[in-house]
Amino acid sequence: MTAETINNDTSTKLQSNLKDAIEKKKFAITCEIGPPKGADDKEIRETGEMLRGLADAINVTDLQSSVMRLGSLATCHILKEMGLDPIFQVTCRDRNRLALQSDLLSAHVMGIRNVLALTGDYTTTGDDPQAKPVFDLDSVQLLWAIKRLEEGYDIAGKELTVKPSFFKGAVVNPGADTEASYELQLIKMQKKIDQGAQFFQTQAVFDADVFERFMERISKMNMNVPVLIGIILLKSHKMANYMNKFVPGVFVPEPIIKKMEETEDKVSMCLEIAAELINKVKPICAGAHIQALGWESHVPSLLKKLDID
Amino acid sequence: MILTEQKPIEEILERLNGENKIFILNCGGCPEGADTGGIKVINYLKEELEKKGKKITGSVSIDFLCQKALLRSRLRTRKKEIEESDSILVLSCGLGVQTSAAVISKICHPALNTITFGGITGMWQGTERCATCGDCVLDYTGGICPYTACPKELLNLGCAGQSNGKCETDPERDCGWELIYYRLKSIGQLDKLKEFIPPRDYSKMLPSAKLRKTNLWALDEEVV
Repeated sequence: MTAETINNDTSTKLQSNLKDAIEKKKFAITCEIGPPKGADDKEIRETGEMLRGLADAINVTDLQSSVMRLGSLATCHILKEMGLDPIFQVTCRDRNRLALQSDLLSAHVMGIRNVLALTGDYTTTGDDPQAKPVFDLDSVQLLWAIKRLEEGYDIAGKELTVKPSFFKGAVVNPGADTEASYELQLIKMQKKIDQGAQFFQTQAVFDADVFERFMERISKMNMNVPVLIGIILLKSHKMANYMNKFVPGVFVPEPIIKKMEETEDKVSMCLEIAAELINKVKPICAGAHIQALGWESHVPSLLKKLDID
Repeated sequence: MILTEQKPIEEILERLNGENKIFILNCGGCPEGADTGGIKVINYLKEELEKKGKKITGSVSIDFLCQKALLRSRLRTRKKEIEESDSILVLSCGLGVQTSAAVISKICHPALNTITFGGITGMWQGTERCATCGDCVLDYTGGICPYTACPKELLNLGCAGQSNGKCETDPERDCGWELIYYRLKSIGQLDKLKEFIPPRDYSKMLPSAKLRKTNLWALDEEVV
């Protein structure tokens, strides 16, 4: 495909592996890549190669945890050039509405077709707490803005020469721990669907019951949208205790912590825990979003343990 | 003096949609000086609302709505009219709307936009509660400001960073959206949360030339 056809070809079907996988009711697998802290593309290419043919799409974080690092857009571009299907994560923390819309247009001309819209962590949670937080838009408004771009207009109502089009995703946290935050997550999920979200990935889940209750609830609310369960590869019991204490909405149950503490082979146990959870929830969701957090090389072994095609 | 501008009458009517009995609460402090409150403005709003078939259950002017103790004691005598009202239309800065919403279990609509504090903050010795955004949304959020109560200034509900009701920026800080949720729940207005709020108009934060003059006169004009 020539550059020109990539740029202007919006009349034909949207080119997204992820969308195809979800539409064909194949259990979709996405894996996350956190770009490195440095002008370094080697690691991305290596991880991309590792995931080739295994993941339906590769999800690239946008200055994850408010830590300055290589950008999501450039990383997605590299993955796209390698013939992989990237998901461009976009947060509202670092760019105002002009920059956000411009980056979305840039993503489209680079052939990037999946976008994941997020609010973003606050600046003070990262490695440079002195930075100015932007948050000109929130995640719901960002989805609304993408919808407008697809209709051929920017936020200000000015017409675009060529319309972009995307497969649009959003996030939700099934483990919100208070009545208010749980209800707010559900209402916000509906607002995101109303503004065009076509798939969701969840905050990391370790307890199948929590996820099942959440899926039942959204089904009762008639939110029939594909949901990918968030899976973090648990490397140690210390990591579990840390997440329980410091990561909002993530809860690792005691039996799992104990298993990790007692095992001699952390990698095998980690993959066993993840595979058991995925196989359990597989009938009730559209796929899994795997955050390997440095253990990408173990993802192929994990996928072999799953009962999927 | 806090400087305010009246919201366009179309916007006020839109916000009052579906509510028929309205009580008008006027701040006799700053809005009187900014010409956005007082008997003339109350009468104008009464007339406009009555034209649309709404009933004004009553109105009262209280010096400094931001003085919570004074507001509470003055409202005691108007309890009956307030109770029979669907909602309250408040002529004050964002601080006055927030105090009103904290003491009245009804939806409190801001009739004004707060543009700048202009040097003196009424009776409320602080600026941390009102962002002088020029586009007051306090009636969507139960009288708790999403711009000052949430560090991310989120408009379409909170983020997933809260934990046990506390903000990800500070474990001592309440999540603003938790507070908004419980306030709206207590006045039976949770449906407000379903509404999509488009991006905020930041250009409204800039005070007009007229307001800038009023604001700065004490600084840039010679006294002797």
